[in-house]
Amino acid sequence: MDGGKNFLLGIYDDEDVLKSAVKKVRGAGIKIHEVFSPYPVHGLDEVLGYKRTRLPIAAFMFGFLGTVLALTMQGYMLAIDWPMIIGGKNYASVTFVPVTFELTVLLAALGMVGTFLIVSNMRPWAKPRIFDRRSTDDKHVMAVDLDLNKVSSDEITRVLNESGATEVNPKQFD
Amino acid sequence: MTNEKFNFTASLKKKLIITGIVGVALFVIGLAAVMMGGGHEEASHGAEAAGHAAEAASHGGGGEHGGSSWLTRIFANLWINNVYFTGVALIGVFFVAIQYVAQAGWSAPIKRIPLAFGNWLPIAGILMLVTWLVASHDLFHWTHEDLYVEGGPHYDEIIAGKKAYLNTPFYLARMVIYFSIWFLFFRWIRKEILAEDLDGSTQHWRKLIGISAGFIVFFAVSSSMSAWDWILSIDTHWFSTMIGWYVFASWFVTGLATITLIIVYLKESGYLPQVNSNHLHDLGKFVFAFSIFWTYIWVSQYLLIYYANIPEESVYFMERLNSDQYAPAFYVILIMNFFFPFLALMTRDAKRHVMFLKIVCPVVILGHWLDFYLMVTPGTMKEAGGFGFLEIGMAMIFGVAFLFVVLSSLAKVPLVAKNHPMLEESIHHHI
Repeated sequence: MDGGKNFLLGIYDDEDVLKSAVKKVRGAGIKIHEVFSPYPVHGLDEVLGYKRTRLPIAAFMFGFLGTVLALTMQGYMLAIDWPMIIGGKNYASVTFVPVTFELTVLLAALGMVGTFLIVSNMRPWAKPRIFDRRSTDDKHVMAVDLDLNKVSSDEITRVLNESGATEVNPKQFD
Repeated sequence: MTNEKFNFTASLKKKLIITGIVGVALFVIGLAAVMMGGGHEEASHGAEAAGHAAEAASHGGGGEHGGSSWLTRIFANLWINNVYFTGVALIGVFFVAIQYVAQAGWSAPIKRIPLAFGNWLPIAGILMLVTWLVASHDLFHWTHEDLYVEGGPHYDEIIAGKKAYLNTPFYLARMVIYFSIWFLFFRWIRKEILAEDLDGSTQHWRKLIGISAGFIVFFAVSSSMSAWDWILSIDTHWFSTMIGWYVFASWFVTGLATITLIIVYLKESGYLPQVNSNHLHDLGKFVFAFSIFWTYIWVSQYLLIYYANIPEESVYFMERLNSDQYAPAFYVILIMNFFFPFLALMTRDAKRHVMFLKIVCPVVILGHWLDFYLMVTPGTMKEAGGFGFLEIGMAMIFGVAFLFVVLSSLAKVPLVAKNHPMLEESIHHHI
């Protein structure tokens, strides 16, 4: 993930406090790097101002690739390279449908999962930054990138505290 | 929550009636054209028709009324529309039932619209019965008595072997049973839903889960069996284990598209304030998904018959594909019922926008009508079948009658179930 090395973490106990805090912090002109939650918080992506994921577009592309791949593969194998007449049928026919369908679904599914893992920094060789282990347990963690924000660290600490954070911790990465 | 009712306005009634009159006019024009010899259409098929007549005479058609193909054409059209609109009405009840069994929250404010479809069932039942009593000899080859006379000139071993299932008393009994039980379940579901309005007890909702489960069990069997009776038995020698699913899939997509379209219409007329683009999204997903389901069933039926290439199976597709009359429709339904809804409703935005739904749903509804046309006509009319004003007019008359029944029953009760336990959840539905 891009970004700096110095962060401030606001720790929150409650998802409703967290959501209003996100609004307050963004309202104060502070850019939020990311929010980590133990479970999906409904509406959090909206208050964070995230755009809708473009994952469906990737899925369509991969699916289309699967369709093209299946048709060219079967066409090349059964009609061009080694023409085979099975049961007196045409080379290219409705018998291509099952393989085409399966490859479309397979590539769309695998492609989508792969894209998702890469985009969300969860590829196998990735070394994700762990901001606060409690975000997998019972705390919501809001990470603010100090290097990207022009607002001073003290000011950010004040805003985070005011917005209802139970604690505000600095965090550095190498 | 309000007790707002749908107002079936005089101007809307007038529009429907005018559409109906146009339908009648088209039907009469179409009928006149067919009776006058249908111009070139009849001429070009005259030779083939004669061939078929000879074939029928030599092969068990002893009881054929002979000639009057226009009468058979009217009967075939009555049958197509009857089966088609019965399906839409039935899917309305089925949709409500699955919402209860799944304990779905999102659909709470829209369930009365599909529920109103059920009011068409008694009319459909009577029409179906009358049509059958009048037209069974013209539409169903297996109803001819002499096919079963062993050693007789028209004896047909295969059809005679199906006598235990395909005989007039049992057939009629089944038809009556399907319709009465469907209708009783519909009245029962409706009674509980309306009782909930009065006392607000969640007991009704719990009870409806049980009733709906019962209906779905009966529907699972009866939808398949009615497809054998009403569609498969037209081509008596042919068989397909897929036909029950196929007819159900076609019905289901049509029903879903009709539900969506009526909800969109009501929404645009200022009703159903609880319905937002999230509900439309769900309905769009239904239409999208079950268009794919229909295609899946279509391929499953076609592919196996194509691959095995057994004459008694492939004859069904031969009749359609090797015919100038039916081959175009064969490809057109694939475009209307699969490629178009698949591509047009693929994105999230399309499913959420009224504009897309208003384009896709009518195409799907017409496409599945054509699907039923293609199931019934080649078997009953052979090459003498046609598509003209007669078909369009008859479909319009049925459509108007159906809408009239549905909308007037919709106007009798509040549009939204104010005491539905999931209503609050549905208002905050967000996907």
